[in-house]
Amino acid sequence: MTTSGSGTATDTHCPYCALQCGMRLRPGAGPEPVEVLERPDFPVNRGALCGKGRTAAAVLRPGVRLTEPLVRDDRGAPLRPASWDEALDRVAAGLTTAQRRYGHDAVGVFGGGGLTNEKAYLLGKFARVALRTPHIDYNGRFCMSSAAAAHRRAFGIDRGLPFPLADIAGTDCVILVGANPAETMPPALRYFRELRENGGRLIVVDPRRTRTAEQADLHLQPLPGADLALALGLLHLLIADGRADKDFIARRTTGFAQARAAAMAHWPQRVERLTGVPVAQLAAAAEMFGEAPRGMVLTARGPEQQSKGTDTVSAWINLCLAAGKAGRPGSGYGCLTGQGNGQGGREHGQKADQLPGYRSITDPAARRHVAAVWGVDPDGLPGPGRSAYELLDSLGTDGGVRALLLMGSNPVVSAPRAAHVTERIRALDFLAVGDVVLSETARLADVVLPVTQWAEETGTTTNLEGRVILRSKAVDAPERVRSDLAVLHGLAARLGVPEGFPEDPEEVFEELRRASAGGQADYAGISYGRIRAEDGVFWPCPAPDHPGTPRLFLDRFATPDGRARFAAVTHRPAAEEPDGPDGDYPLYLTTGRVVGQYQSGAQTRRVDELNRSAPGPFVEVHPVLARRLGVAEGELLAVTSRRGRAVAPARVTDTIRPDTVFMPFHWGGEGRANTLTNPALDPVSRMPEFKVCAVRVGPAAGEREKRGAVTEAAEPARRTEPARRPERTGPTRRTEPTHRTEPMQRTERTEPMQRTERTEPVQITEPVQITEPAQRMEPAQITESAARSAPGERTGRRAVAGRTASGPAVPGRAS
Amino acid sequence: MTRRIAVVGAGMAAARFAERFQALGGDAEVTLYGAEPRAPYNRVLLADVLTGRYAADDLTLPSGDARLRTGCEVTGLDTVAHTLRLADGEHVPYDELVLATGAEPVACGGLRRGLRGVHVVRSVADCDELAGTAVGARRALVIGGGVLGVSVARALAVRTALGAVSAHSSGDRREAPPRAEIPPGADAGDRQGHEAAPLPVTIVHQAAHLIERHLDGQAGTLLQHRLAALGVEVRTSTRVRNLHGTDRVAAATLSDGHVLDADLVVVACGVTPRTALARAAGLPVRTGVVVDDRLSCAPDVYAIGDCAEHRGRTHGTAGAAWEQADVLAARLSGAAPDAAYAGSRPYARLSAGPLEYAAFGDPAADESGLDVLRIADATRGSYKKLVLRGDRIAGAILLGDLATVGALARAYERDEAVPADPFHLLTSSTC
Repeated sequence: MTTSGSGTATDTHCPYCALQCGMRLRPGAGPEPVEVLERPDFPVNRGALCGKGRTAAAVLRPGVRLTEPLVRDDRGAPLRPASWDEALDRVAAGLTTAQRRYGHDAVGVFGGGGLTNEKAYLLGKFARVALRTPHIDYNGRFCMSSAAAAHRRAFGIDRGLPFPLADIAGTDCVILVGANPAETMPPALRYFRELRENGGRLIVVDPRRTRTAEQADLHLQPLPGADLALALGLLHLLIADGRADKDFIARRTTGFAQARAAAMAHWPQRVERLTGVPVAQLAAAAEMFGEAPRGMVLTARGPEQQSKGTDTVSAWINLCLAAGKAGRPGSGYGCLTGQGNGQGGREHGQKADQLPGYRSITDPAARRHVAAVWGVDPDGLPGPGRSAYELLDSLGTDGGVRALLLMGSNPVVSAPRAAHVTERIRALDFLAVGDVVLSETARLADVVLPVTQWAEETGTTTNLEGRVILRSKAVDAPERVRSDLAVLHGLAARLGVPEGFPEDPEEVFEELRRASAGGQADYAGISYGRIRAEDGVFWPCPAPDHPGTPRLFLDRFATPDGRARFAAVTHRPAAEEPDGPDGDYPLYLTTGRVVGQYQSGAQTRRVDELNRSAPGPFVEVHPVLARRLGVAEGELLAVTSRRGRAVAPARVTDTIRPDTVFMPFHWGGEGRANTLTNPALDPVSRMPEFKVCAVRVGPAAGEREKRGAVTEAAEPARRTEPARRPERTGPTRRTEPTHRTEPMQRTERTEPMQRTERTEPVQITEPVQITEPAQRMEPAQITESAARSAPGERTGRRAVAGRTASGPAVPGRAS
Repeated sequence: MTRRIAVVGAGMAAARFAERFQALGGDAEVTLYGAEPRAPYNRVLLADVLTGRYAADDLTLPSGDARLRTGCEVTGLDTVAHTLRLADGEHVPYDELVLATGAEPVACGGLRRGLRGVHVVRSVADCDELAGTAVGARRALVIGGGVLGVSVARALAVRTALGAVSAHSSGDRREAPPRAEIPPGADAGDRQGHEAAPLPVTIVHQAAHLIERHLDGQAGTLLQHRLAALGVEVRTSTRVRNLHGTDRVAAATLSDGHVLDADLVVVACGVTPRTALARAAGLPVRTGVVVDDRLSCAPDVYAIGDCAEHRGRTHGTAGAAWEQADVLAARLSGAAPDAAYAGSRPYARLSAGPLEYAAFGDPAADESGLDVLRIADATRGSYKKLVLRGDRIAGAILLGDLATVGALARAYERDEAVPADPFHLLTSSTC
């Protein structure tokens, strides 16, 4: 919708996360072709934007983005500019050569959760119809697949949130599990703040005391990988303390007896041991949630990116169901989707096992329906292909994919066990990458296709609420840049399929409507016109006169019998747990994001303002661990897992558990967190275990390689370089309890966000307890019985250290 | 023919084994033979069945797809012929045998038998009977001040104070959730709002302080104060010499000469591994059925849980039983055929309303070369103690304030080197 206020302003949406904030673009006067403005009337963000959205136009600059196709004459040669005809010919030749040599299944397509619905749809069709390969998957497998699988298991349908985001403000209690919206989607924080202003409670479950956790009424800080046990423990307490909603369970669910038995196997003291969360805190959480008339559980990647992610999400859904907090207004389970089109991207056939409309590729009726829309023989459609990691792991191998078309993804940075994945990508016969920028992955390509980005094109995405929204073209792309749809059109024609791959997004959307009709994610009644007129339309929307479905499940769940299904799940350890304290990998590594960067950083690392706030990777280390390791703030640390070694400066903070280190995953090179992560897959969703693996940590300088050390080189060329010492980014006053706020505050000051919804630091709960432990010990009588202990000196030192906990730290003992 | 695994016993270890065996993809027909008439349930929670917190039916544990033969007592083993004999005379063949017979209450020596009103607490049936006797009881005596004795004493006191309904009921059973319990330090006056008259409970304990296996004297005394606030009197350093009564118990004579009136007696003098079957079958038995690191005691015969003795120790805790069950399930399912059990570090955790402690290792250790760190807070009634041998934890107690239990348990379990200033293991610096 073009606003009347300024004749040339265009209403559209942010290119980044799943909030898909509304924004307004006006032609720019400076080096950027558009200027980002507020769009206060769009309901999800009501005008608020974070620093990423506000600076998004910087990626439109010619020097930042790709402006012409690039090809490589042979593997050793550099990329050089080429014409579109040459580039597309090369891609078509690369794909067909591999198919001729190795068979149809030897080509693959790898997509992204940032692609519009139209692109995701057409990419799936391209793989199945033009390439006739089963091997298409996308990076959304790394984000959404566990929640999606659990959603479908419980409710029969997978939509991130079953209600509009704004409903959060009106409920009574929210449990936020492994989610850090304060950094990952700041404009959403408004709803959590309003929740608390309205008297509702916020419980945050996170191994880190994140900025989000600091605003919680209750923060549970479990061991990484223990979310499943935690959810089971809360269910146990809910039942034990008589807070299960028996009427709801009887009327609207099945399978409670088995789920209850599973919960009985997770009694509070056992769960305390498995999670590290004291029984009293478990009980407080269960009471807070159980007593609330309405409540929600929202998960994000923390519990989902585990080799038991599906079961973990199921356990949280069980808690909602047992409490009667689902399928009712103001209550329910939801997943905070990550990528911009993480929702729509998984609905229209970009997944190895699915056809458009969230149809199963193994369902004969679904195959017939989609084949009819595509005008092909259903028997000619391939079956299910490999999941994302399995596909990447197969690249260049016998029986694997030999030629790959990759769009809108950067697995060199974002895939687990990234050094290995990089090696597999290098082993391809042929790689073509379509992207906006020359990402780390694009640098390895034989052909790079420069494509249009958000402000330069029109298309729909589906936000985390299941709201289908429309991005509108505001500005022309540079002359030699084409849309992804045009790329697919050109390639399909070269592969002998001249029809069925339109370049016009609305034409593609009209086909998508037909293809999705009757499926779970039914878009049949949605049109560009309706989206413009209604601020988006919630699917399912089966007919033009259907109002759309902002709230799911109010009458029935989407299962055959209309009842939600409990899942009887049991806790199990992570695929890789730390070994003993003197072992090779004694610590947990968990990974995540920072507010100034987005995903693999391909876009945001090209924005100066964002780089100033988040200039590079770091390793969060608790002061107790820092002392043990003898490392100081800013010192370069080597973090080593069974898959490789990463180097980044230490950030000493007591917001992290002492048994865990944290690294953000936005960077490639030696600080690449995903060099370390474990590709152990969830058996149902095939989600890799990004959030938990075992590592050792030590100063990078003079680190002696221990036995069982690096088995895979991260970046072989770089490993021999001497480690550069970064400038100190913080004070060396490292071990004081108050220190935890230092790095955060520093970031906050330089943070480029203007209208973010970060709430005032005033809301940080009980800073006294954190910063003044001496006060807490006042009533305590500290007695030191050295009765039979010989070394009195040592005990004495201990007493001093304890009594003056806010004083100078005791020198650490290197381990 | 399908491989048959017979599990003798259908308690917690058996259920965990069966559940894990299936979850790990084990391919065999697993049958659980349980003498009790109900499916496996969580015995750890029995004291809270007495308080009315749990309905007995709520305690059922998962047991995978194992076949359950409940009310089916195994009366003999023939490990040569690979058969079981059942109470009804039936002989059942097996390929592999898992003994999970658990433990049984120890009888307190010299006590008169056959009196009504004298109970043990080891099963749901025991709880049912005890709950029946408790209705209308005037004065209760708990013999034994270990974990079970303390838990049951508290349950009897709280149960009556809350006017708890019978443990049989499973409907809208709860009038007040446990959070309504008397807060620590509250005096008896706080309880007067409740309708039912409180049941006076006395614990008689032979040792000098409560739960001497886990706690030192100071912690035992604090626990005793907390029990007093619930209306439970504790008499230590004495024992029950005999019980009196005509048909139902009416009084007890103590070794110090005192006579206590009591029309309800709970015997909680500990448990002993149930080994009669194994012994009769010629399997190696000392205190328990002797197993190696594979949890095997003879070819194709294994023992797990309270009945097993490993490296000279019988653990008697659900945690250790489940660790053993996990190892055996990993072995027999083929998921990890070489899995081995290396023992469990002693760890005790009581969480019964205001009675809360965690105890690790040997916190009362009293030898030279140990560093001891204590933090006592009289106002809050909390007590914390760390006993270090060098830089490793030899023992620890957290009583009353368990904010750091997670960190301490992990450091202890992993036998981590403790930093020179280990206060973070005792006091929480975060919320």
